[in-house]
Amino acid sequence: MTNNIVQIDNLSFGYKGRLLHKGINMVFPRGKVVAIMGGSGSGKTTLLRLIGGQIKPTKGEVRVGGEIVHKQDRDGIFKLRRQMGMLFQHGALFTDLSVFDNVAFPMRELTDLPASMIRDLVLMKLNAVGLRGAHALMPTELSGGMARRVALARAIALDPAIIMYDEPFAGLDPISMGVVCELIRSLNDALGATSIIVSHDVKETFLIADYVYFVADGVVAAEGTPDDLMQSTLPFVHQFVHGEKDGPVPFHYPAANYQTELLNQASVR
Amino acid sequence: MIKSNLLIGITRILTGIGHRMIERIWRLGAGARLFFLTIIYSGESFKRFHLTLREIYFTGVMSLLIVIVSAFFVGMVLALQGYNTLQKYGSSEAIGVLVALSLVRELGPVVTALLFAGRAGTAITAEIGLMKTTEQLSAMEMMAVNPIARVIAPRFWAGVISMPILAALFSMVGILGGYLVAVPLIGVDDGAFWSQMQANVDFRLDIVNGVIKSLVFGVACTMIALFEGYDAPPTAEGVSRATTRTVVISSLTVLALDFVLTSFMIVI
Amino acid sequence: MDRTKIDLWVGVFVALGMAALLGLAMKVGNLTSSKLGETFSVTAAFENVGSLKPNAPVKSAGVVVGRVGSIAFDSKNYLAVVTINIDKRYAFPSDVEANIYTAGLLGEQYLGIEGGGADEPVVNLKNGDKIHKTQDAIVLEKMISTFLFSKASETNGGAQGSTAKATSDAKSTELGDAPF
Repeated sequence: MTNNIVQIDNLSFGYKGRLLHKGINMVFPRGKVVAIMGGSGSGKTTLLRLIGGQIKPTKGEVRVGGEIVHKQDRDGIFKLRRQMGMLFQHGALFTDLSVFDNVAFPMRELTDLPASMIRDLVLMKLNAVGLRGAHALMPTELSGGMARRVALARAIALDPAIIMYDEPFAGLDPISMGVVCELIRSLNDALGATSIIVSHDVKETFLIADYVYFVADGVVAAEGTPDDLMQSTLPFVHQFVHGEKDGPVPFHYPAANYQTELLNQASVR
Repeated sequence: MIKSNLLIGITRILTGIGHRMIERIWRLGAGARLFFLTIIYSGESFKRFHLTLREIYFTGVMSLLIVIVSAFFVGMVLALQGYNTLQKYGSSEAIGVLVALSLVRELGPVVTALLFAGRAGTAITAEIGLMKTTEQLSAMEMMAVNPIARVIAPRFWAGVISMPILAALFSMVGILGGYLVAVPLIGVDDGAFWSQMQANVDFRLDIVNGVIKSLVFGVACTMIALFEGYDAPPTAEGVSRATTRTVVISSLTVLALDFVLTSFMIVI
Repeated sequence: MDRTKIDLWVGVFVALGMAALLGLAMKVGNLTSSKLGETFSVTAAFENVGSLKPNAPVKSAGVVVGRVGSIAFDSKNYLAVVTINIDKRYAFPSDVEANIYTAGLLGEQYLGIEGGGADEPVVNLKNGDKIHKTQDAIVLEKMISTFLFSKASETNGGAQGSTAKATSDAKSTELGDAPF
């Protein structure tokens, strides 16, 4: 068995003939924090969905624990997903359940643990994210950062082997961002899990990632450790890492020539 | 030039209609698929029946007030209007029959279904649409929990169970409302009111058929609400549109189904 | 809202529903009244039952004492044979009369049991007996046609002239009495 818990081989995926990914290869070694970076709309979140088996690739394959995800039937996929925890972009907490019930949800749904044990486990998980005192609150009563942390507690409820983070830093204040950043690293190491982070926040991601993939135009444009990438002279990586406005990633959406468009009114409808 | 413009216009209208029809048929198919999946995964959700109980609370119990209050007024109006006409023919004693039959056969199931679509149906659509928008359904799926078994099926059965109960309550409360107007207010004989009713309302033909109707409406209204929520585009606008559609489609479906069911029941 | 509270409310809700359905069945529908408890059945033959239907009330002195069981056609005598289920609590002499009445002008038809007790000693009706004296349903069309017929002959009598007035008067009274 290889040391790579998730492996993506020559993956292509697209909607209605328009390919979003054009032959992507990635490996995610056990115990590491691996980040997938790229601009908005480059299909990073879709990669997570492909790993989770929510959508099927057009070509190529995704292996999780050696099994090809899209060849599994429903039960097989559910079995694979039990090893995964996912933190959604906005937490995706169940708004009709309290914080406690949210974290208890996967345990209640997927295990036959007695209520007392679930209680202890939930409080442990909440303690790990520093929100044990908030267990009685409803998701609507939480701040964005707290909600993200509760969702994190829920994602690790069943001690998954793989934890996926979809934009874990998006929309957080700097303090919450730091807290979440710290948590991702410490939880990964404490649980011995593999973390996959999808993000476009360079500073935080580089702080905790062991390895980074850059996705652009449907392919892996660059990869390496954060240090390598900081030094990278590839124009795209340079633009992204240093947050420059214009560069290989154009400021303008592809359009007709500005002057001709202004003069020729008929073309805009 | 004008002629070709006209032709283009007509073509555009026709293709528009065609697209819309295809869209409708597509949605019908998707709805039917969701219905079958709901039935298939119902077993899983029955193992945790408290989920369904919880939804009965939200759909049924929460609709009690509006159903009872409307039923009361509908019954009173029926008695007033009925008396006004019946007394011209000297048969004001038949007012009990009139009120009871109208309620048990038609108004009970139909008005309850319309109220249900407005009260519980919209709530279901909005809730599920919002769960989809905020990725709660996706999250569930990623946790290896089937959202159809966990979210859709309990709500479906709650609606199917609640509707006949609400309709029966509607009929009963409506009859009581009619009684209050007919007997103490207008002065129709108390005994005649009930005995005429009992002589002319048949348990199987009227009451059981009313319950069957409300069961069918329960399936239709709940399923429409669930599908609209489940299928809503994950945006605020999408959810609000889906909610509106729930009311419109449920109401039309209930009225059309009522005609179909009534024609079956009258022939039998 | 904790779980037990929800259970309680749902329980109340379901109980209310049951009560409403039970109320509909008992108080509104004829589920109870069609089951009279212990009954005995007698038959009666009519030339015309009009729109009498099974399960129609059987009344004596205005009190519901039973229900019409079944209505069948006797092809030997060309008569309608009505089975009447009468509550065992009530007893009737064997020479009662069974009439079909209409409740109000347009109301439903019911069966009335009247009279009797003329024979001495009184023998009560028992299960399987037959009521011999019957009176048919009044069929509105028949009644109207007889009435119109009598009216027509009345006007014809008047047209014969004033000389024959006395005789025609006598004739019309005779005719007028006849149909009923």
